[in-house]
Amino acid sequence: MSALIEELPVILGAFWLTVRLTLATAVAALVLGTVLAAMRVSPLGVLRNVAGAYVNALRNTPLTLVIVFCGLGLGLVLDVSFSESLSVNYLWLSIIGLSLYTAAFVCEAIRSGINTVPIGQAEAARALGLTFTQNLRHIVLPQAFRAVIAPLGSVLIALIKNTTIAAAIGVAEASLTMKSLFERHQEAVVPIFLGFALGFLVLTLPVGLLFGWLAKRLAVAR
Amino acid sequence: MTEADRSTSLVNLAKVNKHFGALHVLRDIDLDVTRGEVVVVIGPSGGGKSTLCRVINRLETIDSGSITFDGQSLAVEGRALAKLRSEVGMVFQQFNLFAHKTILENVTLGPVKVRKIARDQAERRGMELLERVGIASQAAKYPAQLSGGQQQRVAIARALAMDPKMILFDEPTSALDPEMVQEVLDVMISLARDGMTMLVVTHEMGFARRAANRVVFMSDGQIIEQAAPDEFFTNPGTDRARDFLSKILTH
Repeated sequence: MSALIEELPVILGAFWLTVRLTLATAVAALVLGTVLAAMRVSPLGVLRNVAGAYVNALRNTPLTLVIVFCGLGLGLVLDVSFSESLSVNYLWLSIIGLSLYTAAFVCEAIRSGINTVPIGQAEAARALGLTFTQNLRHIVLPQAFRAVIAPLGSVLIALIKNTTIAAAIGVAEASLTMKSLFERHQEAVVPIFLGFALGFLVLTLPVGLLFGWLAKRLAVAR
Repeated sequence: MTEADRSTSLVNLAKVNKHFGALHVLRDIDLDVTRGEVVVVIGPSGGGKSTLCRVINRLETIDSGSITFDGQSLAVEGRALAKLRSEVGMVFQQFNLFAHKTILENVTLGPVKVRKIARDQAERRGMELLERVGIASQAAKYPAQLSGGQQQRVAIARALAMDPKMILFDEPTSALDPEMVQEVLDVMISLARDGMTMLVVTHEMGFARRAANRVVFMSDGQIIEQAAPDEFFTNPGTDRARDFLSKILTH
């Protein structure tokens, strides 16, 4: 217990990084996932196929592979650089990896939401003269999002836990920090582990509750 | 509308054919609708009536033949098609009001997003139209809070908000509880009186008698006969039309 209290600033700092990783990735993955979902329902076969191939590729690749590729492949070999500071650079590279991966799941969630919107909604919008993009933006996607708030919450919870894989390329988020605290306080590995596990619960449980509440509140009555 | 306009063709279908897989749902359809005319399409289920309605604003594509609207051939896709659709109102059997938008938003969406009319102006006009169909007091509600008859009247107001040159009605009263049919028909009759060009697929023979200029009888994907309502109902020219009428009018 004393180890936990002594290291509290370090632990909170690590979770703050976890939160930042999550938020940055969530925004990027939501945008990219929405674009991919729009591509998957577009009238152009090329776009549908590209988005379909992307989702299949990313959804079926282990996240560790994606992150290691972004860190070592993009970062070291291809020399993609966002910052002078190595740790900031790896943070960005891990955000890219997490976003590319999570976007595939966001896309599939939204696509299933699009399938819940009755065809008549899109037809009525077309009959008014809305273009394909206007139709998606004003009619189909708003209803699709409301239908998949709960599944998107699950994607977000998975993302919070998945940020730990950024440890593989040395991003000092919660799990990597836990590992270094284990080395420093070998007498207290169990309390330290429990402390970190509790930290994740504090992040994930409210997300589940919040999204469940939002899903009910924003549901479209038909 | 001048007298010259009244006699000119607004929609023309020539030799239109359409298949759904092996089903030949429209066979060599020739149909002309002039400005201000109210054409009622009747006939047995599965006879191609709804499809006829839906090919006019290209919610369904056709396999062969040609359709012209207001002198122009129907655009295949893109902005030109969107423009055509904005000039042809459509009222669906299932209402299809936008479920996540209020009644007023349903009526203003098209004018604001398609016609680029200022929102306050669109809302003023929207309220006028809701007033006209008797739903103004429900403007802030969502579609699911309204009865079927009210929803369908909103759908008509939504079509009118675009100032269409024509409105297509695809079985507008078929999904309604019986006591709500008349309120929708009343709105449609008043539109017909005001000179709106209408193509109405319906089973409501009373509406056809009261408001139609012409009845088109369709069966098996073909136009079997067309005539003025009085003539059609009292003295149908074909056996198939006589047979159909005897089934629906004897009860």
